Amino acid sequence: MSVLQVIRADGILTVQDLGRPGHIGQGLSRGGAMDRLALIEAAALLGQSTVQAGIEMAGAGGVFTVDQPMRIALTGAPMTATLDGAPLGWQASHRIEPGQSLRISGAQSGAYSYLTPAGGLTTPDWLGSRAAHLSIGIGAVLKAGARLPVGTDPDPEAPSRTIAVANRFAGGTVRIIDGPQTAIFSDEVLAGFATTSFTRAAHGNRQGVRLDAEARFTAGQTGIASDMVQPGDLQMIGDGVPYVLLAECQTMGGYPRIGTVIPTDLPLIAQAPPGARIRFLRVGLDQADGLYRNEAQLLREAASRCRNLVRDPAQMADLLSYQLVGGVTRGDELEEMECRSI
Amino acid sequence: MEAEPHLTPEALPAGIDGVLVRFALTPEPRAMAAAQMLAAELDRQAPPGVTEIAPGLVSVLLRFDRGTVQRAALAQLVLTRARAIAADPPALPAPARRWTIPAGFGGEHGPQLAEVAAAIGASEAEAVEQVCAADLRVLTIGYAPGQPYLGLLPEPWNLPRMSALNPRVPAGAIVAAVRQVVMFTADSATGWRQIALTGFRAFDPARSEPMPLKPGDAVRYAPVAASELPALIASGDGLGGARLEVLA
Repeated sequence: MSVLQVIRADGILTVQDLGRPGHIGQGLSRGGAMDRLALIEAAALLGQSTVQAGIEMAGAGGVFTVDQPMRIALTGAPMTATLDGAPLGWQASHRIEPGQSLRISGAQSGAYSYLTPAGGLTTPDWLGSRAAHLSIGIGAVLKAGARLPVGTDPDPEAPSRTIAVANRFAGGTVRIIDGPQTAIFSDEVLAGFATTSFTRAAHGNRQGVRLDAEARFTAGQTGIASDMVQPGDLQMIGDGVPYVLLAECQTMGGYPRIGTVIPTDLPLIAQAPPGARIRFLRVGLDQADGLYRNEAQLLREAASRCRNLVRDPAQMADLLSYQLVGGVTRGDELEEMECRSI
Repeated sequence: MEAEPHLTPEALPAGIDGVLVRFALTPEPRAMAAAQMLAAELDRQAPPGVTEIAPGLVSVLLRFDRGTVQRAALAQLVLTRARAIAADPPALPAPARRWTIPAGFGGEHGPQLAEVAAAIGASEAEAVEQVCAADLRVLTIGYAPGQPYLGLLPEPWNLPRMSALNPRVPAGAIVAAVRQVVMFTADSATGWRQIALTGFRAFDPARSEPMPLKPGDAVRYAPVAASELPALIASGDGLGGARLEVLA
């Protein structure tokens, strides 16, 4: 068994995977990574067929070492990473040797970053998941000195890879679908909501984030019975301030909900840093259904966006044909340049 | 008897892989019973592709596997069942399991029992008798893992929440409001009134069954003397001397 050791923890570091679905009826939300896509992208970079547990880093990283050679993936909100002082690309996988010091500093944009070892963290699980669920006392924030067991790397000699990712780290337009309570809001309120630009508030955590605007969005009806809520739901607190529920939300709520963020766009909300601008676009169920991808599909798509970081001649031929022969570029070469490993 | 409004169930989208069947927007007792009935029926015979069934107070949430079933087809199927239940004045379904949970009422374990008894026009002893005689069911579990909302108490118990919060009630506290009882899983602030205390912990992550209660379970409280409670609370399994009978 290999070990990934936390030498210094600067941000809020927790073990996260895709959470524990299936317990809503018992009052337990799924939890898991705030940016699920980032963990899927880590699995793609490491060539893994299932999504593994990694360290979620909120705001800042820390210093890490390994006791055996280990591949790791760095995904999610871009942070500055160095290995014994030499810069490492983000959205990429790298090999780390014992004795080397992996130093990860603050996020350049976004909110949640992921350090995932090949083979995944194999910390003890609870109800089929290793994810910390801080609001109910499952798992804990990682401290300096934490020694995290790591599973077997299926392909230790695999080259370093990089993945092209859409910029979901600075706010933007988020698509929502109607939920069970959308109809209790008036057409005027719904129209106003659609034309308002919100600011991601400083107030937020793994349960949800508040969005600020001058306008208020209140439901027409009071005294409604509490019912089931889930990540992505947009609930109106107090006199109509939206709060987007995220991974560790409660399972039941009494505040009126105007709609639900579609899963494709939920990482954008989770990653919006305080101050980022957010707008909402109400789309039909058919359109949302068309955009939906399950985890296996997302992993396949992420794998197709990966390529080798070290460009050996065989890979070079492929890259050249990909970029030049067709006369078009993919538009993400710059990101790849920034991601280049040393 | 006053005519009650007809229940008109709706099937509504609840996220990309969910359907919520709702019997009413407000917490009407008939809608609560109908939701219980539908959840129990779906539990016995889950439609194809349904991965999760979670009863709320007046609604049932179904999550489905999008590869197996389409939202519209599932919504139609469940709505048909919901309408059949709504057409007959629904009664609570027969419970599959019953918990008997020892509880210490009044005094330091139920500091607001006297206040509640006065509000429902009963003596403290009569109020305890009414709670212990009530055919309580786990209507829904939520707010915190494992934490049950139990109901319904007799109509006089339709007491509003307090305007000020109880700053702290302990884990295991039985609190009452709006004809329901909540048994807290952890120390909490609440606008509901504490009438009793149990040694029952409805959530303990270290236990093999962290969340032992299921929606639809029957719950009966058995009064015990204040002096007996500490031993029940200290009992090893964290269930405070509760007994579970499987009825069906």
